[in-house]
Amino acid sequence: MNQPLGDFPGGLKLRGHKKRSTQTPIRKTPLSRHLILPLQQHIGAAAVPVVEVGEKVLKGQRIARADGHVSVCLHAPSSGTVVAINEQPIPHPSGLSAPCVTIETDGEDQWIARHPVDNFRAISPHEIRQIIRDAGIVGLGGAGFPSFIKLNPGVHHTVDTLLLNGAECEPYISCDDMLMRERADGILDGVEIMQHALRAREVILAIEDNKAEAISAMKLALAARPHLTETRIVVIPTRYPTGGEKQIIQVVTGKEVPSNGLPIDIGIVSHNMGTAYAVGRAINHGEPLISRIVTVTGTDVTHAGNFETLFGTPISELLAFVETRREPDEPFILGGPMMGFNLSGDNLPVTKTANCILVGVEDAAPKTEPLPCIRCGDCASVCPASLLPQQLYWHSRAKDFDQTRDYNLFDCIECGCCDYVCPSKIPLVSYFRFAKTEIMNQERERKKSDLARERFETRQARMEREQREKEERQRQRKAALAASKAKKEKEAAAETTAADDKEN
Amino acid sequence: MALFRISPPYLAGTNRVTLQMLQVLLAMVPAVIAMVYFFGPAVIINIVLALVVALGVEALLLKIRHRPVKPFISDGSAAVTAVLLAVAIPPLSPWWLTVTGVLFAIVFAKHLYGGLGYNPFNPAMVGYVLLLLSFPLEMTTWLPVLSLADNPLGFTEAFHLIFYGETGAGLTPDAVSGATPLDAMKTQIGQQIQPDLILNQNLFGFVGGLGWEWVNIWFLLGGLYLLYKRVISWQVPVAMLTTLFILSMVTQWFAPDITGSPMFHLFSGATMIGAFFIATDPVSGSTTPNGRLVFGAGVGALTFIIRVWGGYPDGVAFGVLLMNMLVPLIDYYTQPKVYGTGKP
Repeated sequence: MNQPLGDFPGGLKLRGHKKRSTQTPIRKTPLSRHLILPLQQHIGAAAVPVVEVGEKVLKGQRIARADGHVSVCLHAPSSGTVVAINEQPIPHPSGLSAPCVTIETDGEDQWIARHPVDNFRAISPHEIRQIIRDAGIVGLGGAGFPSFIKLNPGVHHTVDTLLLNGAECEPYISCDDMLMRERADGILDGVEIMQHALRAREVILAIEDNKAEAISAMKLALAARPHLTETRIVVIPTRYPTGGEKQIIQVVTGKEVPSNGLPIDIGIVSHNMGTAYAVGRAINHGEPLISRIVTVTGTDVTHAGNFETLFGTPISELLAFVETRREPDEPFILGGPMMGFNLSGDNLPVTKTANCILVGVEDAAPKTEPLPCIRCGDCASVCPASLLPQQLYWHSRAKDFDQTRDYNLFDCIECGCCDYVCPSKIPLVSYFRFAKTEIMNQERERKKSDLARERFETRQARMEREQREKEERQRQRKAALAASKAKKEKEAAAETTAADDKEN
Repeated sequence: MALFRISPPYLAGTNRVTLQMLQVLLAMVPAVIAMVYFFGPAVIINIVLALVVALGVEALLLKIRHRPVKPFISDGSAAVTAVLLAVAIPPLSPWWLTVTGVLFAIVFAKHLYGGLGYNPFNPAMVGYVLLLLSFPLEMTTWLPVLSLADNPLGFTEAFHLIFYGETGAGLTPDAVSGATPLDAMKTQIGQQIQPDLILNQNLFGFVGGLGWEWVNIWFLLGGLYLLYKRVISWQVPVAMLTTLFILSMVTQWFAPDITGSPMFHLFSGATMIGAFFIATDPVSGSTTPNGRLVFGAGVGALTFIIRVWGGYPDGVAFGVLLMNMLVPLIDYYTQPKVYGTGKP
């Protein structure tokens, strides 16, 4: 049972700053007057609105449907009226706007009829996935990939291990920690459903050892379910980025996800703790995903903590609720300090992937001009993927993208460890993102031109073929003509001969 | 404070280039003190002269190249080059020798290649080798340890010798300098004298050259400090010293007449400063963990070969420069195995 833990190379021991936001229980954010709901809060195609402006909606009512396979539905987080379906600023690093549905809440918070599943074991995994998809559930760890897809092992794979990621390795963030402390039972509800959907042999709940209270809460909840014999809690060392999917798999199982592959290729599926909780709510209570727990913290936040927040709540209201020393329009970080991104708009809404809002950090990276790389190799020694960031940087900078691929650029998980230790303070991750984007653009261009060339070549071939066929037909016609002519002449000749014969 | 840089990560460690260079300088202090103790105050004069010239030229070149002077001059890399070169040049060398070496190191070996981070060769060693090739006589005679000197030199006399070529009393550097222990070893082995007998002469101490062994020990301790502080990685010094040790042990086994003991090699000449302070230069050295092992081993092997069969008493500088040339090749073939790929 207690198999030894694996390890990943590199990584950082960062100060957690978690206590700041774990002193108070999870609180509810007050209902906002307006809820702004971007149609795309997940990876994949944006949802398509199924409501009209002026329409009354109930809490939990579907307001947009999934479009295509990689997509999920969207629901009204509270009852009210749809007042706008238009472009609004969204919390995205680009700072661009995107289509959103805006609901003016009526304060009633009136639920639509919910249809809980009494016994999830009685329904098929396919039905479970359908409910999860209809409930709009995406990975709540930050990436926002539609969860029902990750609950479908497909016909070619069997799932050995369902891994629940409770590492939460980035500093400051504590929403999963608090969720585990307070709603361990709800998480296990979801875990059981997930295991059933995946037909996974075993379940591992991996939690970093800096979350003693969460670990004991989960252990207690697990002990109350003696039928879960193949479910266990694995306490893993606290080290950034152990919560990265590839790293946590390496730590817990000792296996590596193949490059360009998925965890399912080695029989593992991983989900976030918050996602498991959402799955439990969707199946056992019939509640779609309309809120999440958001950590609001940072050195400039007065009442830091975790807040159960309806999607669409303007972040500015959340910040006003916790009281900050932030000036209006001053930037804040969405996500953690290592992999989040900064935003400055005030009217941006909380979305499904907003796990943390961070205002002010200690040990902030300076905005100084970077010095040249001195090839010290500190970046390579902390890289959890065993890459050579110094070489990747060199080639990215020189736009020598073929070389960056040779150096496995696409195995970079952008954890930022290299940036953190760089003595020259080079923004390495930014260079790698740039190189990745450029390569993907080139790839797209290449595909486009390949397609064009293919089309051209096919057309060319078709025309040649037609030409050939035409010539063939002409030749045949000519031959036939010649043949019939010859035949006629022959007949004519024969007739003459016959006539001659007669005459003779 | 909520001012962020534009892109993640928003946290940064305390590691800085300047800090690393200052640690390197700090780690050299005990060995420099030992050199002053054994060879007199001329060492200090050399270091100060080299520092002044190096920082001046660095600032000038940054100006010429339109680079910001302050962040680059304070990165400390020019200072490290200056000190490394100054302790490698014989203490009583005339001032223009030091100046020439430093100028060549900073201008040609560093800035003409693009400055900090872009130099393929170790600047201090380029300066040193230029001097060694151009002024072999000046570069291979060294002050005897003070306890062996007929006329121990004070600060004023040393100053006069360096800047005017003779002391007030009319002494010239030739009169007060002699061969280094490594040089003596090489010359006398050439004269078919047994290494054991050579080591019994008063030029030698308990393991290496008299005085030199202590300088090496202090460089070793300084190097261990750098390892502890993680300014340098362990691969280069360990590989270099191990290679040097093994090669000298094997050679001594088969041909005891041609060289000194392994310990003699480890604690003589530039071995320790080379292993911990010169070959560990990140810019011109290998940057992969396994590459650093290869690089260090190469420097160790070349040092030994040059010491025993080459034309110069010591080979660290040549070893480092020759291995610098191989760095791109080494780096390419020593990439670590990346997560999730079978390929190394």
